Amino acid sequence: MALTGLEIYKQLPKTNCKECGFPTCLAFAMKLAQKGTELSKCPHVTDETRAALDAAAAPPIRLVGVGVGERRFEVGNETVLFRHEKKFYHQPGLVVRLRDDDPQLAALAKQVDGYAVERVGITLRLDGIALENHSGDAASFAKAVETVRSASTLPLLLLSEDPAATEAALTIAGQDKPLLHAATHENWQAMAELAKKYGCPLAVRDAGGLGDLAELTQRLGGAGVEDLVLDAGTRGLSDSLAAFTQLRRLALKKNFRPLGFPIIAFAGAEAVEQEAVLAAEAIAKYAGIVVLDHSEPCLLYPLITLRQNIYTDPQKPIQVEPRLYEVGSPTADSPLLITTNFSLTFFSVSGEVEGSGKPCWLLVADADGQSVLTSWAAGKFDAEKIAKTVKESGVETKLNHKKLVIPGHVASLSGETEEELPGWKILVGPREATDIPNYIKTFWSTV
Amino acid sequence: MTAVEIPKEKWSGAVRAVTLGSVNAGGTRATTVTVGGETTLPFLRFEGEMANRPAIAVEVVDTYPEDWSPELLAAWGDDARDPAAWAAKAVELDADLIALKLRSCHPEQGDRSADDAVATVKAVLSAVRVPLIVYGPGVADKDNEVLVAVAEATKGERLALANCQDKNYRTIVAAALGNGHLVVAQSPIDVNLAKQLNILISDMGLPLERVLMDPTTGALGYGIEYTYSVMERLRLAALMGDGMTQQPMICTVGEESWRQKEARVPDGVPAEWGDFATRGVVWETTTAITLLQSGADIVVLRHPKSIDLVKQGIADLMKGAVS
Repeated sequence: MALTGLEIYKQLPKTNCKECGFPTCLAFAMKLAQKGTELSKCPHVTDETRAALDAAAAPPIRLVGVGVGERRFEVGNETVLFRHEKKFYHQPGLVVRLRDDDPQLAALAKQVDGYAVERVGITLRLDGIALENHSGDAASFAKAVETVRSASTLPLLLLSEDPAATEAALTIAGQDKPLLHAATHENWQAMAELAKKYGCPLAVRDAGGLGDLAELTQRLGGAGVEDLVLDAGTRGLSDSLAAFTQLRRLALKKNFRPLGFPIIAFAGAEAVEQEAVLAAEAIAKYAGIVVLDHSEPCLLYPLITLRQNIYTDPQKPIQVEPRLYEVGSPTADSPLLITTNFSLTFFSVSGEVEGSGKPCWLLVADADGQSVLTSWAAGKFDAEKIAKTVKESGVETKLNHKKLVIPGHVASLSGETEEELPGWKILVGPREATDIPNYIKTFWSTV
Repeated sequence: MTAVEIPKEKWSGAVRAVTLGSVNAGGTRATTVTVGGETTLPFLRFEGEMANRPAIAVEVVDTYPEDWSPELLAAWGDDARDPAAWAAKAVELDADLIALKLRSCHPEQGDRSADDAVATVKAVLSAVRVPLIVYGPGVADKDNEVLVAVAEATKGERLALANCQDKNYRTIVAAALGNGHLVVAQSPIDVNLAKQLNILISDMGLPLERVLMDPTTGALGYGIEYTYSVMERLRLAALMGDGMTQQPMICTVGEESWRQKEARVPDGVPAEWGDFATRGVVWETTTAITLLQSGADIVVLRHPKSIDLVKQGIADLMKGAVS
């Protein structure tokens, strides 16, 4: 939590020596609070004050990175409890748990690594593989790490509470900065040593309550391990919701440093559908890493979609550029359709037009990135806007006809739009994008 | 052990408790269903009350919904050809409520009369003993005609009449007021519009204990984040004491989820979307669980498997330790 100017001022020398370039210590403090200058400009500040102010300036939830290279992911550094207050910044890493004694390990690792799905023009992927030392054997664990590394470049989580097995795995993958899971009250000293030696982030597990968890993180902090991830040991919806909410509140509202770290959630369940339920809660409610046990696409796709939805900036819907788009290679006789520049609307419509096999002109109006219904309700997609978009696009010169298909949801605008666009015929298309192919195939040929 | 003081919010407001169905005074239900009554954010029982568990309504249509996802039609089989049988089956599958949609009254989808609608509602009322939510065809004029007739013919049942919107609220509210029913106040994903509609309804004299609020549902991948945040804001306002936002919320999860391509189209979609049959159910349950986290008190579902999964989820969420 950032300090106010007055709080900073109290810790300054209050000599008004002006050496920082500001007329008074108070003016300097105010500027510091706005992050307009740096504390190092004050030559008289004590080390103690520096440490205190640095600590106060640190984010309430530490940013922790897992892995190296292109697919490294970072979680934490969140600032709000509710996305409408600002936004959620670092989407949770979605990782799949694999067992070191699974005969299909290499194939599964490849599959997790390669999973990619496109949504609203963005390619969405998984973030890591959580390799579990299920065999209980250090050599097998190390060998499995080798197998996974040769199949995938995804960041790794090493699931083992046995320091010897963890070390064996780290001799293979230490330079990849995997997340070690987990330090407990029994093994924390040895795990802390490993985390320091290899520069790895370390998960901390205690199912006994947040007090015990905080005790452990402080010991690890004392031992010099700073990149921590919290595992409250909860399984199931109600306990996880309570614990994760309390952790987030403690960090943000109380600035409680011992628990100011990202959270790891284990959402594994026997059935895919149950796992979806557990993972959905974790994504919405504060998990920094979500560990899945299934990797079926029918589970991954909905979850990866939910993550994208929840972590979209509420103030900035994903938009596309308003202009005339060619879907396929339209000719002067091809249909002309209009829609809005909300990316989901655009990709739904353009996807269906493409799927119809009939080339079309797709005109996208600037509706502040809102959907057809929302922008219509807000007065941003009306007859005037449609007419203006048509005129400014210059589409008229590309066509042999003057027919424009408007979305079915704004059927009521057709009359008014014809008045705004003399000589044009306004046709009412379907309400749902999925009905567009049928509309184009059956209806367009008749007009 | 380090002493950790769990931060708890002290809310001054509470969600109103709303009871659907009646066992007496004209009501023929075996049980009533009460939703709402929360004094904290969803399921945070360590700081407040979840007086009533969220309820599951199952959508039943008065005519065979040919355009539904093949996965849904397969799951309901022939029961989907008769609303009474369909409702009975849904109750057997543990539905708390039936959401009956009078779709065939739509001018372009059968244009059946108000008398037909009354007959259908009565048939469903005889087939099941749980409370009903009755949806008109979704065209304001026809909604008025049909819902008024239904309200009069079922006086005292405490049905929830849906939807009550800014353009037709007067008629629907009057019908509820005169016949002992509730209304579902629906507004388009906006805190102030939701609030405004509650004020208009309340000004007509309908007690707010008879109003459910539908903030308009966006499905997973299709605007769920808007619904999610508007619901969070409405619920926070309710807990902070804004009396016109304290209605229990209902979400039409099934309709919105199964309308989407992911749940409707089995073939010709990317392989990364995965197994079709499971995908639809996951689409629906994920939407439901996410909106329960932002304050849904009733979720209207479509698939039999989703009923079970969401019910289990709610049961788990209600287990949270009280401290």
